[in-house]
Amino acid sequence: MKPESEKSRYLEEDELLWVDMEKELKEFRLKVQFSCRRERVGILGPSGSGKSMTLKSIAGIVSPDSGRILLRMPGNQGEKPRTAELFSREKKINLKPQRRRVGYLFQNYALFPNMTVEENIQAGLGKKGDQKLLADFIRRFRLEGLQKRYPSQLSGGQQQRTALARILANQPAALLLDEPFSALDGYLREELRMELSSALRDFEGPVVLVTHDREEAYQLCSRLVLMDKGKVLAEGPAREVFSRPKTCQAARLTGCRNISRIRRISPWKVEALDWNGLVLETAEKAGGDVKAVGIRTQDLTPVSDGLGVNRIPVKHPRMEEMPFSWQICLENGIWWEMKKQGWRGPETLELPEWLYVDPAAVLLLQGE
Amino acid sequence: MDWSPLWISLKTAGAAIVITFFLGIAAAWGVVNLENRRVKVILDGILTLPLVLPPTVAGFFLLEIFGVRRPLGRFFLEIFGLKIPFSWQAAVIAAVVMSFPLMYRSARGAFEQVNPDLMAAARTLGMGEWKIFYKVLLPNALPGVASGTILAFARGLGEFGATAMIAGNIAGKTRTLPMAVYTEVAAGNMDEACRYVLIILTVALLSISLMNWAAMGLDRGRGKE
Repeated sequence: MKPESEKSRYLEEDELLWVDMEKELKEFRLKVQFSCRRERVGILGPSGSGKSMTLKSIAGIVSPDSGRILLRMPGNQGEKPRTAELFSREKKINLKPQRRRVGYLFQNYALFPNMTVEENIQAGLGKKGDQKLLADFIRRFRLEGLQKRYPSQLSGGQQQRTALARILANQPAALLLDEPFSALDGYLREELRMELSSALRDFEGPVVLVTHDREEAYQLCSRLVLMDKGKVLAEGPAREVFSRPKTCQAARLTGCRNISRIRRISPWKVEALDWNGLVLETAEKAGGDVKAVGIRTQDLTPVSDGLGVNRIPVKHPRMEEMPFSWQICLENGIWWEMKKQGWRGPETLELPEWLYVDPAAVLLLQGE
Repeated sequence: MDWSPLWISLKTAGAAIVITFFLGIAAAWGVVNLENRRVKVILDGILTLPLVLPPTVAGFFLLEIFGVRRPLGRFFLEIFGLKIPFSWQAAVIAAVVMSFPLMYRSARGAFEQVNPDLMAAARTLGMGEWKIFYKVLLPNALPGVASGTILAFARGLGEFGATAMIAGNIAGKTRTLPMAVYTEVAAGNMDEACRYVLIILTVALLSISLMNWAAMGLDRGRGKE
């Protein structure tokens, strides 16, 4: 992350969007800083963490208290691209949403209920829209035959396509997606993720997606910003954010179920205080700032004997059967997830006596 | 039988609802968009006042405002040569004032019910505020606005107290149906009064059914059952 107070900051060569803002909310102070290239950035956090407020600030629906928001506007018809200052406290700039050229996909799509599919898309096209362009969008988003329907007569997927068509028809310089799948049923959600992904493939600008769903964020975004209670916990390439969380909060947000406070025995050896004093070796050196360790439920592997390091005995386990896996809680409180091998196996699970965790899979965590 | 109270009632209530409709919607839009909460509460109180005041008190204020010796009354007299008190225009003014709060409150409630995301979406799509008002806000608040219009029309049609104060009860000029009922009862002509009552009932039922029917057609047009 860049140092603070970047009043004179300008967009770097390949940066398209730069957000640095603060806003006082009821429960906490929202403080976000991130940039976006020609890529998809996901803001991942629990509900009420300030994610949506961040998006609304970029779109100009709400105003931050301080900070700056910069966006590269692509030039139309041979014009040069220029950097637009959407918001700047210092310069007292706060562009109206109408002039920001930011497309916003709302949680429930916010289609105009009093307009047909056609009229909704026309609203996005504005004055420049002719019949040919409209027909183009109808075809591109597979809405043929639905032109005269009202939003209430469409399925969730069709509504989303209409909303996307309407937004892209408006030729936005950036796209903001606010929990685009939360209004949908489980199976439809997975199908639409693929669809959205392909619909956005040709989009030239930055895309910011806000979600509380880890899989969604990972699948759709190349970079992630982890957020909780208005603060950015981690930022980076999606793979890195998931494989190397630095703090307990970040580990929890990326789905790490086992977290324990520790006592350092040596730089490569720690005692897990919350797991009955289990002694673990680590691949990375545990510095003085390491306060806890984390183990993902999938990173435990069954072994036949307890000889060697990082062995965990499987005694008095509590087992929960899920459709495609077993969730097993060991005596010391560690959760282990074992994927089922199809449905042909035995109905009950044969448990190993020992589990092993690779020292490299032990996450070293700081802070809360 | 004298049919003039029916025509006077329809004329005044009809003119009044047209004025109330636009005034009420404009006031509702203005108040909804106010940022300052305190100003909002005070303004809302003032705009709702005629609803809670006894009609005669409202009529008293109207006389104070439009009386020929008062500034506004004199203004109308000198510029338009129009003597407001005891004219049929006075009956319209009385009906507008008394029915306004119903229109205003219904419209305001209807506007506040519209999902704010719709307006935000319209803004990010580059629509101007005026266009958002008549293309997004108003159409989506229509059921509430329509019921407000019905209520306001009914209130205007039944207006008695304030009308009596400022427009009087002049046969063939300001004697509306409610006035006619009162006059006939006061004179002991119960049969005549009953006829006027039946006319009022018919007009009220007809206008309300008509508007409900229009509102239903509107919903069906948007694919709702």
